Amino acid sequence: MTDILDTPAEPTFRERHASTIRTMRLYARTFRNNGAAMIGLLIIAGFMFLVIFGPSIVPYPEDALGATHIEQKLQPPSADHWFGTDEVGNDVFTRVVIGARVSLQIGLIITGISMLIGVPLGIIAGYVGGWVEESIMRITDIFLSIPGLILAIAIVGVLGPGIGNAMLAISLVWWPGYVRLVQAKTLSLKSAIYVDAARSMGASKMRIVFVHILPNCLSPIIVKVSMDMGMAILYAASLGFLGLGAQPPFPEWGAMISVGRNYLPDWWWYSFFPGLAIFLTVLGFNLLGDGLRDILDPRGRE
Amino acid sequence: MTDAPVLEIRDYRLNFNTFDGVYHALDGVNLAVGKGQSLGIVGETGCGKSVTVRNVLGLLPSPPAEVVSGEILYNGKDMLKVTPAEMQKIRGIEIAMIFQDPMTYLNPVFTIGTQMVDVILAHQKALDKSVRKNKKQARAHAIEMLRKVHLPNPESQIDRYPHELSGGMRQRVLIAMALSGSPKLLIADEPTTALDVTIQAQILDLIAELVEDMGLSVIIITHDLGVVAKVCDNVAVMYAGQVVEYGTIEEVFGKPKHPYTEGLLKSIPHPGKPPEELYGIPGFLPNLLTPPIGCRFQDRCPKAMEICGTPPKNRNNAAHDRTVLCHLYEEGFEDA
Amino acid sequence: MLETRELTVNFAAKSGGKKAQLTAVNKVNLHIKKGDALGLVGESGSGKSTVGRTILHLNKASSGSVIFDEQDITRLNSTDEKILRRRAQMVFQDPHSALNPRMTIMRSVAEPLILHTKLRGAALREKVGTLLEIVGLQKQFLYRYPHELSGGQKQRVCIARAIALNPELLVLDEPTSALDVSVQAQILEFLKSIQKELDLTYLFISHNLAVIRYVCNRIAVMYLGQIVEQGETEEIFNNPKHPYTKALLEAVPLPEPGQPRRGKPLVGDIPSPLDLPKGCFFNNRCEKAIAGVCDVAPVPTYTLEGGREVRCVLYDPETQRQTA
Repeated sequence: MTDILDTPAEPTFRERHASTIRTMRLYARTFRNNGAAMIGLLIIAGFMFLVIFGPSIVPYPEDALGATHIEQKLQPPSADHWFGTDEVGNDVFTRVVIGARVSLQIGLIITGISMLIGVPLGIIAGYVGGWVEESIMRITDIFLSIPGLILAIAIVGVLGPGIGNAMLAISLVWWPGYVRLVQAKTLSLKSAIYVDAARSMGASKMRIVFVHILPNCLSPIIVKVSMDMGMAILYAASLGFLGLGAQPPFPEWGAMISVGRNYLPDWWWYSFFPGLAIFLTVLGFNLLGDGLRDILDPRGRE
Repeated sequence: MTDAPVLEIRDYRLNFNTFDGVYHALDGVNLAVGKGQSLGIVGETGCGKSVTVRNVLGLLPSPPAEVVSGEILYNGKDMLKVTPAEMQKIRGIEIAMIFQDPMTYLNPVFTIGTQMVDVILAHQKALDKSVRKNKKQARAHAIEMLRKVHLPNPESQIDRYPHELSGGMRQRVLIAMALSGSPKLLIADEPTTALDVTIQAQILDLIAELVEDMGLSVIIITHDLGVVAKVCDNVAVMYAGQVVEYGTIEEVFGKPKHPYTEGLLKSIPHPGKPPEELYGIPGFLPNLLTPPIGCRFQDRCPKAMEICGTPPKNRNNAAHDRTVLCHLYEEGFEDA
Repeated sequence: MLETRELTVNFAAKSGGKKAQLTAVNKVNLHIKKGDALGLVGESGSGKSTVGRTILHLNKASSGSVIFDEQDITRLNSTDEKILRRRAQMVFQDPHSALNPRMTIMRSVAEPLILHTKLRGAALREKVGTLLEIVGLQKQFLYRYPHELSGGQKQRVCIARAIALNPELLVLDEPTSALDVSVQAQILEFLKSIQKELDLTYLFISHNLAVIRYVCNRIAVMYLGQIVEQGETEEIFNNPKHPYTKALLEAVPLPEPGQPRRGKPLVGDIPSPLDLPKGCFFNNRCEKAIAGVCDVAPVPTYTLEGGREVRCVLYDPETQRQTA
């Protein structure tokens, strides 16, 4: 049919992955054209920079661990202390920067645990169907019908305050979202013809789930994770604010705002800068997530 | 064609500005439909047949579409240059269009009666105040149109929802809607592709009947050569954004001149004859991001010559009702 | 080689809010000899796709049996099922969605080999390369993704995947419906040539009569889940017996000049499969319907001379209503 060109010995790496390279280029260009997404990317890049290099560049690293300098307490922003100091004399800037790392850990752990619970349940529910699906989805519904923060507070109330328990509580509140998403996607993929083809070749259910369905679920999961990071950090901060999460002197943004509340409005910098940090981080993740969704979801325009 | 054509497309060139570059979708399309005549536009995927007629009613979003040159003349008026107000008076009232999949073109949450009355009332705005219909009259008119397309029991069916009707009935409803404004020209884009064979036969028969009764001019776009042969007077064969052959069904299907038309006819299994050998057309569509300078079919043409590297010109026959875009006919041609 | 006996497949469905039963395949008796290409023709709702899928164990048969080489494959344990998979494969309708978009061509075609053989690594790549060559694609395609291929190329990949294990039976479900005419011709020619080369038997499902006539030596016409006529292709096309077959053949527009504009197309719609008529399913649209006979009792299948089977009272030998 087609002319048999002289085939080269083995296609090179570049040729083999040519299509992946081209797809990545298309993504990059679409992303670049999206102003909001680029802003989100910038913010998160800044955030990651602080996470990685923060501890090495902060002026007063010991302040993050609970050193006290009472004589310097509650000083306004100055050249020495860009964000001012708190009631025990710690440099707010240092604590905010270290807090970035803390926030990232929180976000990753929460989304990580939620995914580990939610994704398998979602796939099982979507693929197996029947009463298994019914029971999983109804349990999910129950969890979803309780306001997340309230439930998290309740769980922490039982387990006791502390950042570890707060993360556990929020994960337990978070996983139903993943179940819903993955179950819906699995349902639609279940009737894809290539799944039928795999069945007709004798593939086992497990194989179909892992090889065929899971990789095609990844796009919506990635989008959700990036948007969830911001929200997870916000939740942890909220718990911290209520005194149920991180306990002072742990440099977590929400806890800092909470204590700083007592010093408003005269010593405003104490609450303001951690609050600003939360705002920018959550905004950054949301914009990034939006941008990712725009490039990942309506794909296949080839 | 003796009378002036109802619709005439002259030298129509269209580009799409895409992520990958400029896509030269249409390159000099020339077509005409006379009063009471039916024209079939035939071609495979990517030939540009749907794109060609979309802009008759201004349905191509632009950007990314960009008209480079040409005219689409409806009774002398260039549809590419009409104002939105004028277009409103033409859409549905002078020129109507029906599409491929009736289920996606009917709103599932409204009854067909509601949808038809909506359409009819919208048309009234273009008419003189003295002849405008009110809601009751519009509904009566809708029932009339449903009767005209042979929908059984129109008085009760009119209050049904689209999903309660079969595919064939839905297409009839769409045709009724399209004709409710008494248009002079009906454009049907793959009207029967989604339908079963026996239902397709019903719909084609209906269209033929309406052409006879109403003196309607019809343009049918399809990839099915059988459909065109049955219903149309004239046919335009399109390839890669150009009309490569145009003429009556007898001429084009009986004595095809362009190598692509020949190839197309030889590649379809004939349902009425025992199996003969099928000849596929080797090769692929040219990439219209970088279209070849000469004939767009040269890479796949069994009769390609050196001169095909230069753009071929449209050759007409003596009576000017047959054209072929091919270097084989440099000297013009006689009807064989 | 393959025979279905009174094969019936029911699906649960909802009709007007109540649970109802949809009989997609209704006591179907098919006969396929080794080396045959049997065409299964019908419109939507005829059940032809379901028959194909049930034969390959993708749907469960509600009753009846499918005999493949003396073995009833409707009741198989998992080891036997795996053996069946090697011997019978399917080529699906829409090549655009029959390939996992995230897997390379190499990986997609290799899947049956991975599941049933011990081939791995370079040897596996060799084999896949050979398969691609058989279907006319060069080795470059090994590393491409489905979205980079044209429709015709994708269908070739699907065919390569289907013949990977050297099956005996290929079920092809509308393999060319989604393709352009010129590509369809190539694929059909190709299918015809490999049938002999690879000693395959085909069950070819399509609504396109011209394509079926081209590829198949025998056909079975289905309507609402039943077979209404079965026999040699040329004989049926030249001399259709069942009124539905006749109507179907007349309804196909021919790609040649000189056809009558108006005709007498079949009136009425296909009855809903949820509410099947009592007697003959075609009764409400049949020109030759006999009141009191056709609308009362289910119609049996009569075997005429030459092996033709027709499900119509007109061919009841006892009443001799029609001469053959």
